[in-house]
Order: sequence, then C-alpha cells, then structure tokens
Amino acid sequence: MKDPRTDGRRLGERLRARDLTAAPAALNLVESRADTARSETEALLATVSPAALGGEAPARIVGVTGPPGVGKSTLLSGLLAAWRRRGESVALLAVDPSSRRSGGSLLGDRARIDRDPSDASVFIRSTAAGDRLGGLAPATRAAVAALSAAFDVVVIETVGVGQSETEVAEVADTVAVVIQPGSGDVLQFLKAGIMEVPDVLVVNKADLGAVADRAMADLRAALRSLGARNTSVIAVSSVPPPRGIDALVEALDQHHASLALPARRADARRMHALADFAAEHGDAGMRALGGRRAAERWLAEQDGLRDAATLRRELERRAGRAARAPGGPGEP
Amino acid sequence: MADTPQVRLPERDRPWLMRTYAGHSDAQSSNELYRRNLAKGQTGLSVAFDLPTQTGYDPDDELARGEVGKVGVSVAHLGDMRTLMAGIPLDQMNTSMTINATAAWLLALYTVAAEEQGVAAESLQGTTQNDILKEYLSRGTYAFPPGPSMRLIADTIAYTVEHVPRWNPINICSYHLQEAGATPVQEIAYALCNAIAVLDAVRERVGEERMGSVFGRISFFVNAGVRFVEEHAKLRAMALLWDELGRLRYGVRDERQRRFRYGVQVNSLGLTEAQPENNVYRIALEALAVTLGRDARARALQLPAWNEALGLPRPWDQQWSLRLQQILAYETDLLEYPDIFEGSHVMDGLVAQLAQGAREEMARVAELGGAVQAVDYMKSALVESHRERWRRIESGELTVVGMNRFQTSEPSPLTADADGGIMIVDPEVEERRILELAQWRRQRDQPAVDEALARLAQAARDESESIMPATIQAARAGVTTGEWARTLREVFGSYRAPTGVGDAAGVPSEGVAALREEVERVSEELGRRLKLLIGKPGLDGHSNGAEQIAVRARDAGMDVVYEGIRLTPRQIASSAAQEGVHVVGLSILSGSHSKLIPSVLEELAQAGVGDVPVVVGGIIPEADAEALRAAGVAAVYTPKDWDLNAMIRDIVRLAGRGANLHEGADATATA
Repeated sequence: MKDPRTDGRRLGERLRARDLTAAPAALNLVESRADTARSETEALLATVSPAALGGEAPARIVGVTGPPGVGKSTLLSGLLAAWRRRGESVALLAVDPSSRRSGGSLLGDRARIDRDPSDASVFIRSTAAGDRLGGLAPATRAAVAALSAAFDVVVIETVGVGQSETEVAEVADTVAVVIQPGSGDVLQFLKAGIMEVPDVLVVNKADLGAVADRAMADLRAALRSLGARNTSVIAVSSVPPPRGIDALVEALDQHHASLALPARRADARRMHALADFAAEHGDAGMRALGGRRAAERWLAEQDGLRDAATLRRELERRAGRAARAPGGPGEP
Repeated sequence: MADTPQVRLPERDRPWLMRTYAGHSDAQSSNELYRRNLAKGQTGLSVAFDLPTQTGYDPDDELARGEVGKVGVSVAHLGDMRTLMAGIPLDQMNTSMTINATAAWLLALYTVAAEEQGVAAESLQGTTQNDILKEYLSRGTYAFPPGPSMRLIADTIAYTVEHVPRWNPINICSYHLQEAGATPVQEIAYALCNAIAVLDAVRERVGEERMGSVFGRISFFVNAGVRFVEEHAKLRAMALLWDELGRLRYGVRDERQRRFRYGVQVNSLGLTEAQPENNVYRIALEALAVTLGRDARARALQLPAWNEALGLPRPWDQQWSLRLQQILAYETDLLEYPDIFEGSHVMDGLVAQLAQGAREEMARVAELGGAVQAVDYMKSALVESHRERWRRIESGELTVVGMNRFQTSEPSPLTADADGGIMIVDPEVEERRILELAQWRRQRDQPAVDEALARLAQAARDESESIMPATIQAARAGVTTGEWARTLREVFGSYRAPTGVGDAAGVPSEGVAALREEVERVSEELGRRLKLLIGKPGLDGHSNGAEQIAVRARDAGMDVVYEGIRLTPRQIASSAAQEGVHVVGLSILSGSHSKLIPSVLEELAQAGVGDVPVVVGGIIPEADAEALRAAGVAAVYTPKDWDLNAMIRDIVRLAGRGANLHEGADATATA
C-alpha cells in the first residue's frame, strides 16, 4: 500500500474535493525530483487535469511580481485579507532568489505576510528559484496546477523586473507588476519593450504624494503610447489608513472576467510541458523538436485540455527521447 | 614648579551611579530585591521589565505565555508600579528603566506613582531607554512601525524637557549594537545616526530655541568589550563626535549641554558558559574601559553577573558584581586623578582613527536617508560583522579563553550547587499574575477606562498632539499595559523588523564546503533540497544566534525558512507544515523554553508534522535540557556549543535519518 502522503492520485483526489489540508503533501511531492515522485506527480496532475475536473480548475491564478523592496509582501497581506473577507481560500507560492554559490537560500518572505496561523484557508509556501536568476522555481508550474484545483485564489509571487513577469505570465491568468514611485527603470523597460505590458500595474507607496502622482501620470502616458488601453494602473498605500486594496481587488477581478480563460490555461499547460521538457532534455532535446518555435507551433495544435505531463510525454515521443526510467507501478 | 601639571585632583571625584539591572516575577518580589540592593550600597535602580511589559502585552495575552516575570518584572498597571516603588523615596532615587516601545507608558506610570508618594515630577531623576531603532536592529522589543515609534520618542522628550526636567528621556543605545556584532566604528556611527534621527524628530516638535536643553538631556547607553584600551578610545571618540554634532548640526552653544553623558552595561556577548568563573575577570577589565579616563568616564554603571550565559543570575551573583564596582570606586585610587590619558599619542591616535571611520560610516547612512531609512542596511551590516566575528572564533584567530582555547578545566565548584548556580523563577508567577490582572480589571472604574482609551486613540490619530497627556490619564484610570499598546497598535499598525539575513554574504571555508556535500547528498535522498525552519517562539527578540544559524545553514546549501522573532507556537507549527520542512530549529534566550518548546511540539503534532525533528538553542540549564530531550527534542544547544558547523552537521544528520524513515522507505516500497 502506498503512503498517502506521496500517493499522487490520492492527493489529487483530495485537492479535487477541495481538501486544503492536502496542499503541503502535494507540494512536497511536486517539488521532489526523486524518480518515484515523478510518476506520482504525473498521476497527481492527471487527477486535477481539465479532463478529470470536467473543465478548468476553479482558482483565479494571479501573478504578483516586481523589484525587491517595493513592498510586495505588505501588498499581499492586504490582498490576502481582502480575499479572506470574501470567504475565499488563498494559496500563495512565494518564489525567492537563491544563493548561486551554495545552492541554498533564505526564504524570509512569509514572515512579512500578515496572517492568522489558525486560518486553514490560507496556505503559504516558499520556494527557491533554483539555479536561475529571477523567474519561477522548477516546480512552480506543477504546484499551480495542483493548488488551483482546490483553492479559490492561487498567487505566485516572484522578485524581479524584465524576465520574471514573462515567466509568471505563462502560468498566471492575471499578472500584476508592482512598482514604487520614482523607480524609473520599469518605465524604461516598458517603453523599450524589455518587459511585457502587465495586466495590472500597481504603484505601491502611493502615500509618497507628488512623487506618486507623477509616477502614475508617467505610467499612464507610457501605456497610452504603447496602445495598452486595457491595463489598469492602481495606486496603493499600506501606510495606515491603507488604501487602494479594494480597487486592486476589483481590477484583478475585472481582468479575470474579461479573459478567454480556456485559451489562457491551455497556453499555460503547453508552456509548462515545454519548460519541463527543456529542463529535462536541454538544448539537444529542443533541437530534436526542430527548435523552440517549431515546438510551440506544434503544441498550439494539440488539444488544449490535455494536462502538462501528457503533453510533455508527447513532446518526448516526438523528439525520439525516452522519458527517464519509469519509477513506479503508476507508469504505463 | 608652576609648570608641573596637576597630578592629583584637589578633591577625589564622586563615583558614578552604581546600579544592578534587576527585576523578576512580580512587583512585590522585585521591590524587596531593590530595597535589599540599596541597602548593600547600590546608589541607583535599574528596572528590568519582563518581555510582555516591554512589548505591550498583558500577562493573559497568548503571546505572553511562558514569558511573564521571566527576564524582568511584570508591570501591567498603576497598582504594580505603586508596589514596585513602595518605600523607595522617589525624590532621591535615580531610576533607570530599560523600556522602549512602551516607554511613554511606563514613564506615565512612574510619574503618577511618584505623585501619589507626594513627589513632584520636577524632582524625578532617572531615565527611560526609549530607543526604538536599536530594537529593530538588535533587541527586538518593538511594538509599532518606525514612523509612529519615532513620534512617541519625540513626544516623551518634548514632554520631559517641559515637565520632568531632570529626567533623561532617552538613552541612545550602542550597547545592543555591539551585542549584535557591531565593530567599534559601527557602534559609534550607528548610535550617533540614531541620535540624529531622534533629534531631528524632536526639533519639529519643540522648535529651534529649545534644542540646547533637548540636546543636553540626551544620554547614551553603551557597551564595553574586553579589548578595553580600544573600548576606552571608542568612548572618547563618541564624546568628540557628539560635541561636534551639537555645535555644527544643532547649534548648541552651551558647552555643558554638549557633554557626552553615558551609562554602561558591560559586554554580555563575550561572557562564556565554559569556565564561567573567568567572566569575573572579563567584567572587571570591561569596567576599566569605561572608568579609566576621566574625560570619558561613565555616569552610571551596571555590571552583568558571572553566570549570565548559564541562566538568570541570583541576587548573590549580582551582589558580587556590585562589589566589583565598589572596590573600583572606593578602594582603588582611580578617582583621585585628572584624565590619565591626556597627551597620550596612542590614545589620541586610536580616537582619531575610530572617529574618522565613524564619520565615513555616518556619511553612508546619511546617503541612505538617515537612520530610520537605513535600518535594513545597518541590520545587514551587523549580521555581517557578527558572522565575521564568529568566523574568527571558529578559526581560532580570536581567542576566547576556556571556549576555543585552554579548554582543559577542573570541574567548577561554583556551578555544583543544587540550583546549578542560577536563579529559577517561580513557575506559578504567570498564573498568579493572570488572576491578579482579572481582579484589577474588575475593581476599576470601567467607564473611566473606556474614556481614557478613546482619548488615547484620538491623540494617536492626531499627529500634532502629544501622546503623553492621554497616556497619563490612562495610567490614572487603571488602563493596563496591554490595553494601552493595543489601542496604539490599532491606530499605528503593526510592524516586523528586517531580519538582515537575506543579504549576508556567504563564507568560503573548508568546513562549509564539506557540509555542502553532505547537504547535497541528503537532499538527493530526500528528493528535494533539505529545508530547515528557524523559529523564535515567544517574545524574546535576541535574534543574533538564530540569524547566524540561518545564514550558515544557507551557506551549507539548505533552503532556510526564517521568519524573524516573536512567533506563537501555532505560527511556527503552521509554517513548518505548510513549508514542508525537514527539520525545525528553535531559539529562545528568555528562559521561557520549558513552557514554549513543549507547546511547539504539541502544535507540530496537531499540524500533522509531529515526526519532524526539532532542535533547540538558547540559554538552557542542563536540568531543563534533560526535560526537553525527554519531551522529544532531538538536540539542545547552549552558548558552550560555539561550533556552528557541528550544529549544522547534526541537522543534516537528523534530516538524513528522516529520509531513511519516510521518503526513502516509500521508494523501496514502490520500486
């Protein structure tokens, strides 16, 4: 008999039944690189796939990203409280940069997020971004797929500007970029096209007065000139009395309501499959697929409801590469 | 012989104020202790409050659990202050209160208690520590965010300059910076930057013309380590820079108002648990650092006890330290001379070097926008210095006698007593305090309390108003410490100080490289990177040790979840479960381990992660360690375990054992 803590299908079923207490074990599993864990993770993902769920996972998936020190944690505390007031359960995946030399990392983010430790409807998990600078941790995509079956809101928090929000955009339904007044680089990145236009721009520390007002005006002008009419710019201040959180919650909701969700989620699963494939087989694998572009084109033609693990296996078949040795009896 | 310098003073100098940092349990027992201490020749009081009082929680608050009456006396309302000062003539006493976040409140209780004794506020002498920045940087007993905290400080200073003119409303503390690892240059620089932030805030409230008297009432609370020559130079450098600051930045013309006045508690950081009797020598040498030269001599001195690294000192231990002061002041010839370093090239050179270094560091803080803005920077710099100090101890570059050198020792008869040579606080105190508090609440005039709290909230919201009158009204009405602080928290919001560990640089050392391989190997077995939670349960804010462990574990390749100070057992358990950690490390220095650690174990089991191994570090007497191990703690570390790598190795081993028990076992079952 399998240990229920590492049984992918069982965990997936619990998540599907919206049993939030399955979250820690599910995350332990998807983060594991052990061979047995790999097949169990696939089983988990299959259990919470759109096919199994009869549609897209219920959660709204929100990406929150921005440079260090911009006040993301305080902002997230506010959002968390607002969602909880509406009775929604929230999972937060905080992705921290890690030390490249030692491979270790200090994950201090959850400390800055106010929460009631007895509140079982809030789940916070910190992960290290691994070897890459900024961006997602290796298991973030699978973690999102798992948690979005169970929670009402899944948040991915990353640090950085430029690279990180591109990756978050591949996973999240809605991406909010947080900046503070006076940080001109974001404006420059936007104008130069280094950074994709986010769905929501949050100007934090709006209590800074004139500086904040000017930052808002500059951003709106830049967005206009880029033709990005749908991006909301929201001013937020967490200095008491806090303000702007309700407007932000509304902006996030509005964006989500305007989405063609199945298409966005299908894209996320395709990018998830490709990222896992690339991590496993590297450049050589990518060449065998005829390059990244060709792989993306091929993926776009596949059934959008298939889960990432299935898509990855098909990529591997296409590339003529066997997946790593099957680890357990769950493997066909 | 007109050219001969005056060798002796015409009259022997008056000695400094002699205090002992004391207080425990409740007001009654602390009052008895104070009276005994005064009878022994102590000339001032130094009140140690317990952590709930310092952080603004009542004894019945969840966060106060295990901490009531532990590291100091519990003062929850006016009745407690009355009892604490009963029979002590407050018009003649000079009382130092180590109180910061709640300084305005304790000052109000003190003045009202004095008034009831018939002593006018004008004649009160003493000091409230009232320095919040070093709480963020090192000591951890903050309650409110920086902005409102600075305002409370400015309010108390403006109030005392007007109404309690002989009171020193703030002690800018460099003491705790050194405890957190500061070098002498950092200690000078950050303390003075802190003073600048305070003075700038007060200037807005009192106006330019009163700045002379404000400047003249700012005093310092410094540290002195065992490198006593350099430490003395440090104090001379501070005096030099303080004078400069008064003249140039605040235009203080009266020389007396620019005089650098300071009290001291000498170093605890360097006191060892190994061969603890040696600490007596260290304390004596450190006392010399702050008394030798007349031009930079302490105004008030309190000495730690020889056994502080073992646990709470007993009254006898504290008496032994008081006797040291008395011998220095009354038996030696120290007080018969003018400044004995005048004209010394070495001393002048040292002072010049330290002052120059401090000026440069002060410029850096100024560039960041001043001390309040630079808390993150200073905190990281301190963690970094502390890490460097620890590296030098581990490598043997820095000798600590009895600890990393000359370890061979005869058994110490001093610790052989039945009580292990430390003070044990009556475990019943907490229950008793909770009952007494309930009674206090029942007996008071509730409408008056409600009205006072409403007025307090209003004063807090209106930044142009001083917090003091409403605070004094609240003291009179019978408001409790927790109610006062909660009212302000509701207006000001809460705050978590930076942990400073994120930016600490990695240490390239052989020991760590070997550990890293171990971590990789065990992580491979576990399937994911070894994840460690470092938690500080309770109200204890002394996070230096926890921070060093967190940084070293990171350097060894672990994923370390560190959430900073002041966590409830439930928070820690919830984090451990959600984060999926392999080992939990807990640090407690306040002596509340016997209550809090079992409580964490219980919560871990409740959260479904009772099988995660737990290690504990702190000032934990052996008898308690035994009990903790019996309760399921995998390992207990005390100050004598100074080899961080050895500790990390244990943690890796514990995690590895877990891998074999669980995830590894599953792999075999399913393969």
